[in-house]
Amino acid sequence: MISLPFADVTYYEPWWVQIIKAIVIFAVGLQLVPVVLVVERKLLGRFQHRYGPNRVGPFGALQPLADIVKLATKEQFRPRTSIGWLFAIAPVISILTAVAALSLVPFGGVVDIFGTDVGLYGVDVSIGPLYLFAFGAVAFYGIMLGGWSSGSKYSFLGSMRAAAQLISYEVSQGLALVGVVMTAGTLSMSGIVEAQEGMWYVIPQFVGFIIFLTASFAETNRPPFDLVEADAELVGGYNTEYGGGRFASYFFAEYLNVVVVSGIVVTVFFGGWLLPFGIDTPGWLQPFVVLFKMTFFIVFFIWIRATLPRLRYDQLMSFGWKVLLPLATLNALVTAIVVVATD
Amino acid sequence: MLRTYLPAIVFVGLGTLVGAIFTMMNSWFGPKRKRTPTTFKQDPYECGLPSEVQQGFRFGISFYLIAMLFILFDIEVVFLYPVAVQLRAFGTFALIETIVFIALLVVAFVYVWRRGALEWR
Repeated sequence: MISLPFADVTYYEPWWVQIIKAIVIFAVGLQLVPVVLVVERKLLGRFQHRYGPNRVGPFGALQPLADIVKLATKEQFRPRTSIGWLFAIAPVISILTAVAALSLVPFGGVVDIFGTDVGLYGVDVSIGPLYLFAFGAVAFYGIMLGGWSSGSKYSFLGSMRAAAQLISYEVSQGLALVGVVMTAGTLSMSGIVEAQEGMWYVIPQFVGFIIFLTASFAETNRPPFDLVEADAELVGGYNTEYGGGRFASYFFAEYLNVVVVSGIVVTVFFGGWLLPFGIDTPGWLQPFVVLFKMTFFIVFFIWIRATLPRLRYDQLMSFGWKVLLPLATLNALVTAIVVVATD
Repeated sequence: MLRTYLPAIVFVGLGTLVGAIFTMMNSWFGPKRKRTPTTFKQDPYECGLPSEVQQGFRFGISFYLIAMLFILFDIEVVFLYPVAVQLRAFGTFALIETIVFIALLVVAFVYVWRRGALEWR
């Protein structure tokens, strides 16, 4: 009987350091969401040859603050067809899974802060990407229950679509990372980053990167895969009946997911906190390197939204099952052969 | 080992807290109306032909099919992960095992495809 360790993650800080760093990373992630929101609206405006928000604060930078005040002062309301407690907890599920997934993004290695060794990540678990997929699978309940318990046909259709879309692309997303795991030989996220010393995985795993990015667009319900909330046909999809704070909760979760996915792509394919050309990254710079790289992908998400039209639902499904899944399987197989052959 | 998960629990707790605040904040800051709202206000959103849709909708068989296929292929992914981690350590043996495993699933995939389960109807 051979024991199969997924990764050697035996290092952990004292409990109070773990709690403090979790709160700090959470606070940073929380602050990123309004920034992403206003950047998206500004950029979308520019893409469409208009200004975007420019009234509230300098350059419209305080727009999210105005939005949250408006959403907070709405009336608490639910339609008579809804199932009360499910209707209330569904947005909470959505947001808590997004926040939990944020803990997986490593913003740096283990650095020395005032004499205490601190890993600049939420968790560095031995199951790595599986943790992400686990919470991704729970996130599906947030959308599904929200749409189903609203008791509106638009919400219901939106949530059914969401269910089918999320599970279809989750398979390809998972398979795309198998190639990376084979190459790195570990499931620990910081282990994967350290294995990219010398060459970022975007080069040897380019197909995996494309598949992962495409599947991530579908997983976060971003255009061109936003069939879940296709405004033209479903008027808003699963959150048609939501308003005020609960709507804000869904909205927040969606943008936090964009941030998390950007972080995961940076970690897995773009060398996390590593700088190119073998330059050693000092500890204090590491989080900024990660955030800088993440910015590119967040802007890329917005750019794609402004550029590509929405797919039709049958196209979406056949693309996921007939193109991405065989491609991801092939990628995993070829990677396995190459890894064993070159070892 | 399990101690490495402590921040994850903190994250889940904070996420629940923020979600609860978002969910409840309309009760605290929103307008409070004494009168019970009219039935028109309480109706779910409607557009086009009015329909009396209540709980317990029916939905297409395709969704069930996709869900079943998902279980098959997601388990494939989950089983591939341990092999992927230890691929170097076991070398050719693990490679052949992986190929056989994927080949079996490809047979299932081709069958599913040929039977038209992947066509969206």
